[in-house]
Order: sequence, then C-alpha cells, then structure tokens
Amino acid sequence: MSIILKPGVGNIHRNMATIAGVIESKIRNKLISQLEAQHLDVINESYMHNVPKGAETHFKVVVVSPKFEGLPLIKRHRLINEILKDELENGVHALSIMAKTPQQWETSDQVVESSPSCRGGFGK
Amino acid sequence: MNSLLRRSIFPIYSNTLKISCRSFADAPIKEQIDKIVKNNKVVVFMKGVPDAPRCGFSNAVVQIMRMHAVPYDSHDVLSSEDLRQGIKDYSNWPTIPQVFINGEFVGGCDIMLQMHQSGELIEELKKVGIKSALLTAEEAKQKEGEK
Repeated sequence: MSIILKPGVGNIHRNMATIAGVIESKIRNKLISQLEAQHLDVINESYMHNVPKGAETHFKVVVVSPKFEGLPLIKRHRLINEILKDELENGVHALSIMAKTPQQWETSDQVVESSPSCRGGFGK
Repeated sequence: MNSLLRRSIFPIYSNTLKISCRSFADAPIKEQIDKIVKNNKVVVFMKGVPDAPRCGFSNAVVQIMRMHAVPYDSHDVLSSEDLRQGIKDYSNWPTIPQVFINGEFVGGCDIMLQMHQSGELIEELKKVGIKSALLTAEEAKQKEGEK
C-alpha cells in the first residue's frame, strides 16, 4: 500500500521543486532560522522581468519577526540584506522587503502589494 | 586697475578649476560619491534617468519625488559600472535605487514608499528645507475649508 502511495508523494514533491527553486528555499531557510520568522513569504517575482523562465533573480520577502522590535525600517532591511548577502552577491538582483514585528503584522491589513512592473532595465 | 586685476586673477582661477576637475575624475569613486551626496540635499542613484527610468523600482522613486515636487540630483548607474558597484559599496546596500537626503542614506524603493505612505517623508524633507507639494496642497485644502 505504501509503495503505491509513494509515487504520488514523490510527484507532489517534484512539482513543489519546480515551483520553489533552490535559491528560494535557501532564502526561506535562512530567514526562518536566523530571524525566527513567525510569518514568511518568499515570492519569486523574476517572471515579471526580462530574465529566462524559471530564473531566480527578483524576490520579494515578507518577514514577520520579533527581532524587528525597536528597530527602524532601515535596520530591519539591513539585517535581512546581511543574512542574504551570499544570495545577493550571487545572482539575486532585486530584493523587495516588507519587515514587520508580530504586533505590526497583526494590526496591518496583511496585504502584500505586488512590486512595480519592470521597465526593461535588467542589465547583467 | 580693475582689468589688470581681473587679468591676473583669471588664469589662476581657471587653473585651479582645471585641476579640481581633473582630480574629480581621477578621484576614487567613493570620494566622488561622497561629494555628490554632500553637495546636494536630495540625491537619487537609479537605473535610467527621471524622464525614462529603466527599472520599475527606480520609476517608483521618481514618481514619489514627483508627487512631493522634490528637486533632486539623479545619477544613472547603468551609465557606469564603477558607479553601479561603487554606490553599493558606499552605502553597504545591495540594490538600486538608493536615496540620500542631506548626505545620509535613507533607503531604497520599499523604504521610500513606506515613508511616503506614513508621512515621514514630508517630515524628512522639511528638515532639509524642502516643502513637499503634498503638504502645500493639504494646507490649501484646509484654508479652503476654513473660509
């Protein structure tokens, strides 16, 4: 019975893998472990840009973490940039950030606006 | 006497000007950026130019500046690889656009958008003596209401 079930499970995994790329997973893992994120969205917005299909170049992250408490916006962004330094130096070209404390997230409308559309300036 | 003075001063003046121009071009990119952000109240490092931004994030910043009618100095990082990398190193910030107010790095597109929405941008501009057009419009509306 379990043998029959397994291929199905495998398929789901394979499908997931094509949706969530390698870099996307890395970003997710790093932010969860280092920021103890209570809510996390990692959105690959690369398809909105002039890059090959399946590329992982443009991301938006929504991070809700108690570690942001008392930090101004710029320091929260710097914290995330630092955690994702490797990714940003190796292929991740745009990173849009929404960083909130759990309390801010609770009281916000929790709507994530999509990033502005590309204007074709993707150089390298 | 006057013309004599002018004649003798002018060569000196034009010489120093030439020297300072040359040293500006040769100066390490960090010093050039330093000069740019310190000599202008508001500076935007972006992709493309305000009339033709070449990136959605840069365009968003241009639109915000336009709404507030902020005079600013803009620099196209796509025109110089030195500048593109230099500005990232200077501010220790990995992405473009980048906004400086009064020589201080303020943030990129996300932060500008949030500052715009929260009203913080109006306050920051006020600190450097720039009155946002949105504030002017707001005041006009209030006056209208008082009548």
